[in-house]
Amino acid sequence: MSKEALAEDTAGMEKVFDRPKSLNNQQFSYCPGCHHGVINRLIAETIDELGIQDNTVGTAPVGCSVFLYKWFDIDVIQPAHGRVSAVATGVKRARPDLNVFAYQGDGDFASIGTNNSTHAANRGDNITVFFINNTLYGMTGGEMSPTTLLNQKTTTTPKGRKAKDFGPPIKMSEMLSALDGPTYITRQAVYDVKRIDQTKKAIKKAFRIQTEGKGYALVEILSACPINWGMDPVKANERIKEEVENVYPLGDILDRS
Amino acid sequence: MPRGKVSVHEERCKGCGLCIEACPQGVLSFSGDFNSSGYDYVTVDNPEDCVGCGFCGKVCPDVALTVYKKQKEGV
Ligand SMILES: Cc1ncc(C[n+]2csc(CCOP(=O)(O)OP(=O)(O)O)c2C)c(N)n1
Ligand code: SF4
Ligand code: SF4
Ligand code: SF4
Ligand SMILES: [Mg+2]
Repeated sequence: MSKEALAEDTAGMEKVFDRPKSLNNQQFSYCPGCHHGVINRLIAETIDELGIQDNTVGTAPVGCSVFLYKWFDIDVIQPAHGRVSAVATGVKRARPDLNVFAYQGDGDFASIGTNNSTHAANRGDNITVFFINNTLYGMTGGEMSPTTLLNQKTTTTPKGRKAKDFGPPIKMSEMLSALDGPTYITRQAVYDVKRIDQTKKAIKKAFRIQTEGKGYALVEILSACPINWGMDPVKANERIKEEVENVYPLGDILDRS
Repeated sequence: MPRGKVSVHEERCKGCGLCIEACPQGVLSFSGDFNSSGYDYVTVDNPEDCVGCGFCGKVCPDVALTVYKKQKEGV
């Protein structure tokens, strides 16, 4: 549609939804229906709404979201695999005037980076952490991760994950909630409009905790990986609601804010 | 005149279909055509039924939609 035709069609109308300013024009590299895209946008919208674009730094994982620096119009550091919470801590301690967020997949946060993630939470560092749990290693082709559900088929568990071989799925948010360090820990999802709105609220709260100097906030978000789950995007959304959520219930787990 | 209006950035759309599923008004559908990345992008099929709720924009993982809503009259 031409600019003129659009202007005519939208006369007397208000723009109620548009691309946030904290994203540039670069297309995401995610697969169709991947929730990383929704979550990236929610973080960018929140940065816009809080007016912190010029003093926010992101730290990105190794994983499908490795390229955050390409499309976020803010500074982003991409540390070694699993070291995202540690590097976010370093940035925050060196420059307490900046808002710093860590963005990590389940492989990054709960597998190779468990040590770093856990100690950052235990120190109660004043950072905002997003843990994107899609129950497998998306980027490398869908291998089992510590958060893979029991009986879930992955490329490394072709017959399904068995507890006797690999243990049950690790519940990072519940585990970290047992510590005295963290201020806020919540689990959210983005498979429908209601959950997307709730996730946005949680993201905003987690950033506010940091700007108010109140300490460590973790937002775990259950995320779809349609391609490695072997499902179309609509089915992948249903899987979260009907299956993943039963193992990883939604809602606030800890709130000392 | 419809209460809302959606504009699709066809080149950004990856044809995931989540907006079609989320729209309460049945406004959107696949175009049956392909963008330069090879995706069957979404098109506005029933523009008259759009209420400008923004649901489609919120669920879109690729930020491919802009939504407009009619302002309230006589405030
Ligand atoms: C030191 C190191 N070990 C292993 C890898 C291979 N690798 C790349 S991404 C990844 C896991 C990604 O899974 P996750 O963190 O869940 O992110 P997702 O892609 O699912 O969002 C692994 C194991 C690597 N790049 N570097
Ligand atoms: S592999 Fe999965 S997590 Fe990675 S971009 Fe594709 S859908 Fe998203
Ligand atoms: S704004 Fe609402 S009614 Fe209009 S196309 Fe989007 S979801 Fe449908
Ligand atoms: S949700 Fe976005 S990417 Fe998916 S089909 Fe609709 S416009 Fe295209
Ligand atoms: Mg993952």
